This record gives sequence, C-alpha cells and structure tokens, in this order.
Amino acid sequence: MGVAFQIRNLNVYYGQHQVLYDVNMDIRERAVTAIIGPSGCGKSTLLRCLNRMHDLQPGVRITGEVRFKGKNIYDDDVDPMEIRYRIGMVFQKPNPFPKSIFENVAFGPRINGYRGNLNELVERCLRQAALWDEVKDRLHKSALSLSGGQQQRLCLARALAVEPEVILMDEPASALDPISTAKLEDLILELKSRYTIVLVTHNMQQAGRVADETAFFLNGRLIEMGPTRQMFANPREKKTEEYLTGRFG
Amino acid sequence: MTGEWQRRRRARQRLDRIFAAVFLLAIALSLLTLAVLFWDVVRDGARWLRWEFLTGYPSRIPERAGILVPLVGSLWVIGLTALLALPLGVAAAIYLEFYAGDSWLSRLIEANIANLAGVPSIVYGLLGLAVFVRGLHLGRSVLAAALTMTLLVLPVIIVATREALRAVPLSLIHGAYALGATRWQVIRTVVLPTAAGSIMTGVILAISRALGETAPLITVGAWAFITYLPRHPLDGFSVLPIQIFNWAARPKPAFQQLAAAGIIVLLAVLLSLNAVAIWLRNKYQKKAEW
Ligand SMILES: Nc1ncnc2c1ncn2[C@@H]1O[C@H](COP(=O)(O)OP(=O)(O)OP(=O)(O)O)[C@@H](O)[C@H]1O
Ligand SMILES: [Mg+2]
Repeated sequence: MGVAFQIRNLNVYYGQHQVLYDVNMDIRERAVTAIIGPSGCGKSTLLRCLNRMHDLQPGVRITGEVRFKGKNIYDDDVDPMEIRYRIGMVFQKPNPFPKSIFENVAFGPRINGYRGNLNELVERCLRQAALWDEVKDRLHKSALSLSGGQQQRLCLARALAVEPEVILMDEPASALDPISTAKLEDLILELKSRYTIVLVTHNMQQAGRVADETAFFLNGRLIEMGPTRQMFANPREKKTEEYLTGRFG
Repeated sequence: MTGEWQRRRRARQRLDRIFAAVFLLAIALSLLTLAVLFWDVVRDGARWLRWEFLTGYPSRIPERAGILVPLVGSLWVIGLTALLALPLGVAAAIYLEFYAGDSWLSRLIEANIANLAGVPSIVYGLLGLAVFVRGLHLGRSVLAAALTMTLLVLPVIIVATREALRAVPLSLIHGAYALGATRWQVIRTVVLPTAAGSIMTGVILAISRALGETAPLITVGAWAFITYLPRHPLDGFSVLPIQIFNWAARPKPAFQQLAAAGIIVLLAVLLSLNAVAIWLRNKYQKKAEW
C-alpha cells in the first residue's frame, strides 16, 4: 500500500514555545492511523499541520516538511485552499453551520463549484455518514436542531461531500454516547477502503478497534509508531507500555 | 465554623438586595424623566398633530405651518447617508478584520477610528462645509449633508460591524476553511450571514443618531427657509431638528406648540427606525438558527 503523508523533521512553535520536536513519520494510504498520547502532547497540533490549518492562526511557526503524495504542502507554490479541499477535517467539537442540514452538506460542493446533481450528492454523503434515515424527512430544518452525535455525523457528511482524499478527525467521538461512538467507528472502518483516515483519540480501545497503525506521542515527540495490534501487544518502548497500561506518571 | 459562614452568607445576600434596589432606582429614575418629558411634549403638541400639519409647507402663520419639507428632508438625508455609509462602513470593517493583518499601520488606523467616533459633530460640519459644500461645489445640498453625515456615522458603523464580525464563532470560520473555502467565500457564506443581524442593528442605531444631529447640518446649510421638497440629491433641504429649533425659538406660544408637535414626529421616525432594527435582528437571528 502507498504512503499518503511523509512527515520529515517537523517542528512546530507557538510563538517561542515549541510543541512538536523533530517528528518523522509516514502515514499509509487507505488505512486508519490513530494518534494517541496524553493531553497537551501535540496531537491536535500535528493534525492541523496536515491540512495547513495553522495558516489561519498568527504566531505559529513550522519547519520541516509534510509531503502529501510526494509534494511538500508547505512549498511556496502550493495553494492552501486546494490542500484543505483535498484533505478534509472533522473537528473535536461538532461545528455545523447555522444553516439547514441540506445546506451544510451542500456547502463544500457549492463553494468548490460542483456542477452535478446536488440532491443526489447530499443524499449519498448523508448515507455514507449513517445519518440519512434520521434526517431524510427534515433536510431543510436547522442543523442546530440535531443532537450532538447527529451533528458530528453531519460534519463528517459535510467533509465527505467535497470528496477529499484524506479525512482528519480530532477526537470525533469525545462528545458522543457509546451508541453514536459505535456508529462512528463502524463508519470509519467502512470509509477506510476509499479514504486515508487520521484519527486523534484518547480512547485506547477505540484505537485498538479501528486503527491499522498507531502513533504514540509524548511531550511533542513521536515515541513509537507501528501496526496497532503489534504495538498494543508488545510495545518497543517502555514509555509506550506505561501509557498503554495506564501506569503513566 | 458553620455559624461564621452562615453569617457571611446573609451579609452577602443583604448586599445583593441593596444593589438590586439601587439598579432598580436608577432605571426607574431615567424612565420617569423620560415619561415626564414625553408627557410634556404630547400635552403641548398633540393638538397640532393633524394631517394638514404633516403635509403642510412652512408658513409664518402657525395654523398653516406644516412639517412636510423638513420631514422629507430628514428622510432624504438619512436615506442617502445609509446608502453611502452602510457599504463603506461594512467594507472597511471587513478589511480591518480579515485583510489588514497586524501591522503598525493597521493599529494606527484602528486607534484613529475609535478616536474619530468621539470627535464633536460640529467638527464634521465644518469639514463638510469646506470639502463638500465649497471644495466639491456641491452647494448647500442634500448630497453635501449626506456625505457629511456619512463621515460622522462611519466610525460608529465600523466599530459596531467589527464587534459583530468578531462575535462569529471561530469554529464556524475554521469549518468553512477546512472545506477549501477562500477567504472571501468564508466571509460571504459564513461570516456575513451570521453577523448580518448585529451589523444591521448597529448601522440603524448609528443612522438614527444622525437623524437627531443638528449642528453639522446647520454648518452645511440646512438653516435656509425652504418651501419646496428636495427632488434630487443636489437640491436644498431642511431637517426636522432644525425646524423644531426654529419654531421653538419664536416668541409666539403657538409656535412653541408646533415645536412640540415636530418633536413627536421626530420621535415617531426614530422609534420606527429602531423598530425596524429590532425586527431585522429577530428576522436574521431566526434565519441563522433555522
Ligand atoms: N494556539 C495555541 N497557542 C499557544 N499554545 C498552544 C496553542 N494550541 C496549543 N498550544 C499548546 O501546544 C501544546 C500541544 O497542544 P495540542 O492542542 O496539540 O495538544 P493535544 O495533544 O491535542 O491535547 P488534547 O488531547 O488535550 O487535545 C499544549 O501545550 C498547548 O498548550
Ligand atoms: Mg487536541
């Protein structure tokens, strides 16, 4: 299988404060990669490096390379809009637009000049996100009338609608109940045949259930990365073992 | 231990009640003053509020005097001001919020806009006289007045619009960027619709302030005795507050009462503007949540 991202010597600073140190890792295409680690270790920061979300925030400095399909996305001739269009993102907190359910999903296609049948596209994406049956009778009602779990799936449908190559998810299940979480995990497993998925999670079981590969971060450094099963069964690093077994200082 | 704690709690609750009473008194006082003033005006002016008064032209005989010319003049001036100040102010606020960045120049501009909002209106009047009436040869016209008023309300509109823009949740803005939207697309499809209600409210409140302004309009020439309705932006004009002042300054009691009637008309226009502002805000809020 191919490689989607090659991250090379990546350092990230918020002002003077360095939060990622010399990260080197490869992220496989059409697979689920989980990023785990204690709070504040830089997981979200890493994720935002992958679709240039840091551009939107003044005071963030990035050195090193993030190669996507061989091309460094921080090169001068790369258009960040196109990167974000090809690399979708689902945020930790559901953030549907204060528009109708339909308009939320149609948003991406519209701004990117989609010419096809919007109704079909919206239905397809809502089905993919396992939300269609719950909302098909109220597509033109406000997205804010949905429950948190439904909103999160709507945000996933919205991300799918621009047909990205990668979906970045930052703790997408952190606000969800066990049933919605299970639905979301099924969804991730289903989507990975067509998408590269990078998933930040605090939930070890979740990483164990859905991730092909797992990367463990500690204090801004990549400690260990490998196939999930292998890493969970016998981690190479002592710190990984301590974290996985919950014996963490 | 518990006793001490309980006693403190009672003291705090008493303080709470005292403050509630103080605030209630403050609002009661201001409402009462307003009511008395209003009652006084209505008692003097209500008698004159007839159809002939609303549609009448100026006259030296109180029974024949009407308010149509300054009423239409006021509507012309604020209408034109709104037309000029709304796009300009909103565009400037968008520029400052989303495009200007954080250079020393943009900080200088920001500080100056805040200062401009505090400049006395007569200064704008003198500026308008020098630049628009004389410099651009617009004469003592509706257009010159509207341009002057635009300068006057622009800082207020810019400040209010920026507040409204900043209130748009960052999570929505990032959500739109994450779908590949350009900066302008984010502004047009997410920021402006979400902020529209507050922007409109700010703009209308700024404009209704312009409706009551007198000093700058006197300097740009609204003082003249005008007996015809303005038909295009270069016509002469008069406005409500100046007409009211004019009547109030005459010794005859009948004119004093005409002034009161004029105040009622001015208040009616002001209140309708504010009602429109509230209606717009509710409408956009509903739409935003819909
Ligand atoms: N905008 C910012 N400005 C300054 N420092 C920041 C900013 N965002 C994050 N940080 C810091 O960078 C470090 C990494 O933050 P990050 O959000 O990537 O952690 P995380 O691993 O996602 O944590 P969590 O699991 O709690 O979400 C933290 O120390 C945080 O305080
Ligand atoms: Mg995080």
